[in-house]
Amino acid sequence: MSVDQLISSLTIFVLAILVGFEVISKVPATLHTPLMSGANSIHGIVLVGAMLIAAIADNPLSIFLSVLAVAFAAMNVVGGYLVTDRMLEMFKKRPAAPRGAPKPEA
Amino acid sequence: MSLDTFIRLVYIIAAACFVMGLHLMNSPATARRGNQLSAVGMAAAVLGTILLIAAGDVSTTGTLIWPIIVVGLVVGGGAGAYTARTVKMTAMPQLVSIFNAMGGGAAALVAIDEFVRAAGIGPHTLGTAEVVATVLDVVIGSVTFTGSLIAAGKLQGIVTGTPVKLPAGQAINVVLAIIAVVAAVYLIFVGQVVLVLVALLAVALVFGVTMVLPIGGADMPVVISLLNAFTGTAVAMAGFVIDDPVLIIAGALVGASGGILTKLMADAMNRSILNIIVGGFGTGDSGAVAAAGGATGGGSVRELTVDDAAIQLTYAQHVIVVPGYGLAVAQAQHATAELAALLEERGVDVKYAIHPVAGRMPGHMNVLLAEANVPYPQLWEMEDINPEFQRADVALVLGANDVTNPAARSDPSSPIYGMPILDVDKAANIIVVKRSMRPGYAGIDNLLYTDPKTGMLFGDAKDVLTQLISAVKAL
Repeated sequence: MSVDQLISSLTIFVLAILVGFEVISKVPATLHTPLMSGANSIHGIVLVGAMLIAAIADNPLSIFLSVLAVAFAAMNVVGGYLVTDRMLEMFKKRPAAPRGAPKPEA
Repeated sequence: MSLDTFIRLVYIIAAACFVMGLHLMNSPATARRGNQLSAVGMAAAVLGTILLIAAGDVSTTGTLIWPIIVVGLVVGGGAGAYTARTVKMTAMPQLVSIFNAMGGGAAALVAIDEFVRAAGIGPHTLGTAEVVATVLDVVIGSVTFTGSLIAAGKLQGIVTGTPVKLPAGQAINVVLAIIAVVAAVYLIFVGQVVLVLVALLAVALVFGVTMVLPIGGADMPVVISLLNAFTGTAVAMAGFVIDDPVLIIAGALVGASGGILTKLMADAMNRSILNIIVGGFGTGDSGAVAAAGGATGGGSVRELTVDDAAIQLTYAQHVIVVPGYGLAVAQAQHATAELAALLEERGVDVKYAIHPVAGRMPGHMNVLLAEANVPYPQLWEMEDINPEFQRADVALVLGANDVTNPAARSDPSSPIYGMPILDVDKAANIIVVKRSMRPGYAGIDNLLYTDPKTGMLFGDAKDVLTQLISAVKAL
């Protein structure tokens, strides 16, 4: 990795951290579990890296490591998004639900 | 425009989808769309990568490229899809922890493979920056892998939830840390030797276990959140190792989010993250507990009958339900919702008071109650509901303990002093449903239980609620 590459990668890294703080600090506590689960699926992006090493796996050890990496990452991605969606599906508004008037019966 | 350039643009779009997706998760109304947007970005990045490999626009010297990718995607994706669809909502935290372990493991494997390949060429093939990233990736990814599996095991009850005191305790961790530092320094400054990396890997895997084992089961949410942030960081490091910006961006995003979540959760318990990791508290065996025990002797406990409780609830105007960990364990969320709906039919105003750390993860209680079709507007967060308790005729505490203990406000000697609590003791009457008089995970007695306004209903939350429902119906 050249110095230029390193600096531009570090720039991306630092800015992405700051974006993460800004985007996430506004989420209400109610959504923290889905958020944790949703963020958990995003780091499944390592699947891209796993496939790229699979593309150059030319010896038994590399083949073993990359198939394991692809499987692990795929489980993280697919499972993560599906379980987050299942959680969030439950938050959808129900038509019959009375709105939050303080004293409905008074 | 070449395919390579096009896919790079797709990666940028994917990164934008992740950021916007997380942003949409700010609000319950848009959260689901946010997650779907993030999934679309992920699908685009994965498909783009497959296209790049198919077109040979990246290095494709592998001998079994497609079998590896297909087998990995089918096996891993299938296992993920199956477990995500079939898991019970109460067991969801441990599943998230397992997925997290997979991500951390994959990140470590990517760096290990790159390292072994480079070391095969010579001990100085990689630049210093890559070696540093590899060391961080392997250490963080491996600690996350075993740590998350132990955390999931503790939540599932496979590994004991009580803190396990290691024979030599901190000494083991100190030795592990010394080996890790020596190995890391060797790899960075002396040369890239596979055996040294294997030593580093082994030490990190063991450290994941010794780090999480001594922590009590009730602290697992904070630990999982911390490990989630770790995985993000490990993935970002993997991005440095293989020089892939989309891994860096997504990993850094998750590292930041996990960090914030962890801090929020620890704050809600009035504890520092360091305090949790070092352990000791939440074990029910510390000296502070014995000292706080002095406050117990004071009052006696009043036991209620189910019929008394049913009458109190039915003739109340305002009822606040305080669900806690015990409700989650008893899987009593549906029974709770049924009782609340029944009371609402009789003209009782029912609200739910949700402590930020109720359940097993922040927001977990909301998910459980949403699953039981509790209308979202009935769920009140701590700051909003606390002023309401003094207007409430009855507060119904279902398996919540430490988050209702007034000692957090009144007793500076209590280990939970200063922790934000729900002001349940301000309600006119308090009904506590609880398995036994066993103290909560903080290991201290709850002053609420000896309050003259409090009546106790002992039993499994689900059984007691079922009895309450038939008693209310009979009135």
